[in-house]
Amino acid sequence: MKSSLSKINIGQLVRVASITQGDLQVKLTEMGLYHGKEVKVLFKAPFGDPIAVDVDGYVLSLRKSEADLVQIEA
Amino acid sequence: MEVKHIALIGNPNTGKTSLFNLLTGLNQQVGNFPGVTVEKKSGRFQLDQNHSVTVTDLPGTYSLFPRSRDEKVVYDFLTKKDTADFPEAIAVVVDASNLERNLLFFSQLYDLGLPLIMVLSMTDVAEKRQIRYSSSGIAKHFPGVPIVAVNGRSGEGLTDLKKAILKFEHSPRLEKFVDADLIAIENDEAAQTKDAELRFQKIHYVLKTAIHRPAENVSTFSNKLDKLLVHPIAGYAIFIAVLLIIFQFIFNFANVPMDFIDGVFGDFSAWVGNTLPAGVFTDLLSEGIIPGIGGVVVFIPQIALLFFFLALLEETGYMSRVVFIMDRLMRPFGLNGKSVVPMMSSVACAIPGVMSARNISSWKDRMITIMVSPLMSCSARIPVYTLLINLVIPDQEVFGFFNLKGLVLFGLYSLGVVMALLMAVVMKFILKSRDKSFLLLELPSYKFPRMKYVGILVFEKVRVFIWDAGKVILAISIILWALASYSPNDKAERIIADLPKPLLQDSLAMKEYNVMVASIELENSYMGILGKGIEPAIRPLGYDWKMGIALLTSFAAREVFVGSMATIYSVGVEDDEENRQLIDRLRNQVNPDTGEKVYNLASGGSLMIFYVFAMQCMATLAVVKRETNSWKWPIIQLLYMGVLAYLGAFITFTLLS
Repeated sequence: MKSSLSKINIGQLVRVASITQGDLQVKLTEMGLYHGKEVKVLFKAPFGDPIAVDVDGYVLSLRKSEADLVQIEA
Repeated sequence: MEVKHIALIGNPNTGKTSLFNLLTGLNQQVGNFPGVTVEKKSGRFQLDQNHSVTVTDLPGTYSLFPRSRDEKVVYDFLTKKDTADFPEAIAVVVDASNLERNLLFFSQLYDLGLPLIMVLSMTDVAEKRQIRYSSSGIAKHFPGVPIVAVNGRSGEGLTDLKKAILKFEHSPRLEKFVDADLIAIENDEAAQTKDAELRFQKIHYVLKTAIHRPAENVSTFSNKLDKLLVHPIAGYAIFIAVLLIIFQFIFNFANVPMDFIDGVFGDFSAWVGNTLPAGVFTDLLSEGIIPGIGGVVVFIPQIALLFFFLALLEETGYMSRVVFIMDRLMRPFGLNGKSVVPMMSSVACAIPGVMSARNISSWKDRMITIMVSPLMSCSARIPVYTLLINLVIPDQEVFGFFNLKGLVLFGLYSLGVVMALLMAVVMKFILKSRDKSFLLLELPSYKFPRMKYVGILVFEKVRVFIWDAGKVILAISIILWALASYSPNDKAERIIADLPKPLLQDSLAMKEYNVMVASIELENSYMGILGKGIEPAIRPLGYDWKMGIALLTSFAAREVFVGSMATIYSVGVEDDEENRQLIDRLRNQVNPDTGEKVYNLASGGSLMIFYVFAMQCMATLAVVKRETNSWKWPIIQLLYMGVLAYLGAFITFTLLS
């Protein structure tokens, strides 16, 4: 079963499967979210949006709608 | 080949600007890239006694392929290798604590065959996180590129960089990092994604041997602080506290130098007026140019203080957390998390507010922010609000503990905020933009601010304001002065000639006489004629021509309203802190046609609403022109806020009378 990064709980380590095609596909990939990358949700803003993710030691913040585009491996 | 010009380039938050400041100090020039409002910073520095180099700081970007206007500037700059001033060397700043993502951009530049030097920054952060890297391990995948480590905070390694520039030789690439034609895929996003993936795979392989780091990321101070600063309750409470402290500082401390500047320019223009031979030139100097320059200089304390605090917040890394917790709240209004700072700053003064909107990368969000920020009630409105509230709002308690005057003041401030958000929603639907708003933002780790860079930023902002906006402000002040000082006829002189001069030249009677003369002169000047001319247009709002004059003159700055009212109603303003004399005089004004009081709840309320909405600040307009690079936006702003003010005042007057 596939899920997206927006549905992951804080502290959970997950692996990126793919990025949904569209305007932000390149941008998300360039920020380091590529197939096979391990990421961890660090914290979320109030109302659960945006979220902050640890990508290879740096903290990336992205809106929930943007995290929806990041498919993760089960 | 001798290097005469270098460019600095790299990901955002890599310490690129620190390096630029370290190299150039105050020897910087800030302008715009041709045709766009993307900041272009350049400067000069010495390599050794005989060689000096020009350096251009390019906007930070994560990739060669542009997604915003800033990034487009970088792309255009890098792909026009044939231009005469193309740099002989490009220093790419690479964050040593975050090599993977940084090397993506670097490898793209490498494959374009550009003359590169790799500058490893943030080496101290990497060390703290126990990341060990091997320069030679990286270097062997990018043959021909010198690698130097420079600590932007301590300056360590700077001489190595200068040496590398001195002996720089560009060697043609024998082999690409990833075999791809980057220029050919400029508009092909699928191919760009594929290319980025290929690059990351190879970088991953390179770093496997070139860096060593702990299996678990070391839980740092930053992580713990983040939990607190983005907390649903503590996070907002801290943000509000930070804002309160900043505003307290600005209101308490900016006033001292501002009053001083006011005083100095006032004394100087009086001295010039009394010393130089009487004539048009002396008048122009003492009443037009000197107060005009004073009107520019007087904003410096506010701009400097506000940018001092903004730079501190930016330097420490707190600013991006504010963006993080405010983004969701601002989005329904067509704004984003980055709009918060410009709008909050505008409560002090819209000028630094508009200037700080530069950080907003989405063009549409930035325009909306600039357009609505002046609706926030700035500190120049306070004297106007205070005068009008004392004039028409009765001193009574509401619900036993609220003072009605205080409630009205609070209401005026709230009205500004609500209208700013409402207009943002309207513009969200009107403005068309191709670039999509996205947040994707790096939250940099917390750092101790470097005062030197804070100082440089404040200095640059003040300089830009004085040179770019100051010219327009000075020109408009001179026009306003001329309108208020000259008359098409000699009516004023005839009236003054008939006025009995006080027999005794004692100070009080003479003062009263002079105040009368000033009032008559203003009434008969071009400005007075204009004020009378617009009377039919402002009568539905409950105003007469005297208020018309005050409205027109306060276009220079809102607080001028009080002084103009004093002149028109022949009240001396000196030594009258709370304007009691003026308020008494205004209260007793009676409309000769109807016998009713001129200043009642309806006309006073109408004036208050007018001042909440109207764009009566030439300095802000000048800054909007500077920041948007066109007269179109300030004119639209002047008009839409004018319409709002007129309608708002009309409705208020109709409802209250």
